[in-house]
Amino acid sequence: MSPPPLPVGQPARTRGRTVAGGGSAHRTAILCIAAAGVALVLAAVGVSVGDFPVPVRSAVATAIWDRGNEYDFVINSLRLPRVTVALLAGACLALSGALFQSLIDNPLVSPDIIGIDTGAAAAAVTILAVGLDSRLLPVAAFAGAVGAAALIFTLTWRRGTSGGRLVLVGIGVSALLSALITYMLVRFPIERVSAAARWQAGTLSGSSWDDARTLAAGLAVLGPAAFMLVRRLRVMQLGDDAAAAMGVALERSRMTIVATGCGLAAVVVAVVGPLGFVALLVPHVARAMAGVLTVRVLLLTALLGSVMLLSADLIAQRLFAPTVLPAGVVTAAMGGPYLLFVLRKFNRGS
Amino acid sequence: MRTGPLLVGRHFVGVPAAAALLVIVAVLSLRYGALDIDTATVWNALWDYDRGDHAQIVVRELRLHRTIVGVIAGASFAVAGALTQGVTRNPLGAPGILGTNAGAAFAVVTAIYIAGIATPTGYVWFAFAGALGATVLVYAIASAGAGGASPVKLALAGAVVSALLGSWTAGLLLLDVATLDQARFWLAGSISGRGTAEAILLLPIVGAAMIAALVLGRHVNALSLGAEVAAGLGQRTNAVRAAAGLAVVALAGSAVALAGPVAFVGLAVPHIVRSLVGPDYRWIVLYSMFVGPSLLLGADVIGRRVVAPQELQVGIVSAALGAPFLIYLVRRSRLAEL
Repeated sequence: MSPPPLPVGQPARTRGRTVAGGGSAHRTAILCIAAAGVALVLAAVGVSVGDFPVPVRSAVATAIWDRGNEYDFVINSLRLPRVTVALLAGACLALSGALFQSLIDNPLVSPDIIGIDTGAAAAAVTILAVGLDSRLLPVAAFAGAVGAAALIFTLTWRRGTSGGRLVLVGIGVSALLSALITYMLVRFPIERVSAAARWQAGTLSGSSWDDARTLAAGLAVLGPAAFMLVRRLRVMQLGDDAAAAMGVALERSRMTIVATGCGLAAVVVAVVGPLGFVALLVPHVARAMAGVLTVRVLLLTALLGSVMLLSADLIAQRLFAPTVLPAGVVTAAMGGPYLLFVLRKFNRGS
Repeated sequence: MRTGPLLVGRHFVGVPAAAALLVIVAVLSLRYGALDIDTATVWNALWDYDRGDHAQIVVRELRLHRTIVGVIAGASFAVAGALTQGVTRNPLGAPGILGTNAGAAFAVVTAIYIAGIATPTGYVWFAFAGALGATVLVYAIASAGAGGASPVKLALAGAVVSALLGSWTAGLLLLDVATLDQARFWLAGSISGRGTAEAILLLPIVGAAMIAALVLGRHVNALSLGAEVAAGLGQRTNAVRAAAGLAVVALAGSAVALAGPVAFVGLAVPHIVRSLVGPDYRWIVLYSMFVGPSLLLGADVIGRRVVAPQELQVGIVSAALGAPFLIYLVRRSRLAEL
């Protein structure tokens, strides 16, 4: 299917595939505003629905200025933290996925596939299956994620790190850690194993303000770093030689990008567990909507990540209410419609 | 392409060596376990069976089945992985990427949850059907629209379908602890307690797909240079992709049905073989047929020994063994470049 011919003289507005054409950047800005709007609406719905429904207007009022009414506890202690966590975690995951996918030209790359999530899961499952204090969970998960990332990077290093090698080493490390998880799941009694399985599914229920603060701190440090890396990523996408010729310190840049991406993913997995798919899919969607990576497209990616996780959380809470599904199950199940959307763009492109 | 005609001779010499490796590992698989049995008794059990000898019964009734299942499953996983990597031009390509493992796991977990099926032999056809269904779905989604089933679309569709099925599987497992308790052993991947009857029923499918894979090697070589190059060489790329897809479905489906979702053999063996014989898929497929079962059976033998008298599932051991080796190869060579 070929796009309709453009009138002569009109700026190239080829569905956002221009590098930084005026029309495309303008469109991306509009998309960002729209995505932010959707995220806010979802957040408002998120605080108002539940087993104890609160009218949207009162819910928003309670969340923002009116602390003195009967909804205060439900809204400000239960629902608002969860919604905030969804908002922040979605943005972190999407940014992380965008960094990895831009650095390594492979549509399957995302932090959960190259082993960051597996590292966190191996640590967490070990704690749950062996029966250690579950208060150690977030720390252990974070340590597991960072440890896996460090291991992958160390093993990849050999006179520099190539993207392809990073992916393969990541898969190797991930397979090794998965084997450990499987061993834990087979070896220990079923009661503890089922707790571990539940953690592995990734859930937002029970999120606290502490969780939100942890995520906000992570995003405040690593988010700006991600945006500052965009220019360097764009140059590096021209190829190693071209990038080196243009004065980019390749290895240092790669290490910074990988560290930032890993950090973002590690914070999320420590707080909410492994939420698959957000980091993998959202960058594809953003690229299909707005084209190659720019600062605005990266912003759009982050906002879409929030939108995806907020809606996944809503579905997880309400679909089989009062039974609450793990959000990770829903994010994965949301893949279908997204996939059709992304593939449609691919079909048009090739 | 690095393999000139001169190298062909050397690779051919390696084939008997690879076959010998497989025979040695198979003998080890017949000899070692909870009860260690000497080679003479194994020989007698195979060719001069004495029903009164306890050791011979162990060899004949337990370990022979297990070894046959291991050989078929290992070879199928490895060849399916080699074809997938060639066709999708993706180093992460493995049958798992095309949804086979997720489909099989979903079908088996559903069968346990709904029908309460509780034996590995009962799982075989559910697993086969699940793998088949998932892979056909992946191909259907990827082929929609212009350009056919391009590598990127295949990989994406496979990842998404896998995640989708995986989430439903996880949902079922969380819903019902009894199902989780049943399924966790199958999900780890194992070749113990499988019957040869199912393996023999699957054998014609596997055999036909193996022959197809050998014939396809030359075409996959062209395809692995890129669809445009292959088309320029006069290849009907969509026909080759479809044929390779059929072979992958048959092989991976049979392997998962027999051994459960053993993810690593299909991924690692083609990489290991490629580092030995270069990028020619005719050789990669042939060598994978021997190296795949050697890895799977070797892992199984080790799994019987390390925590004796208990056993470690072959899925766990093959990953624990194969992963460091894969990392070593990745570091040593330019493995990532397909």
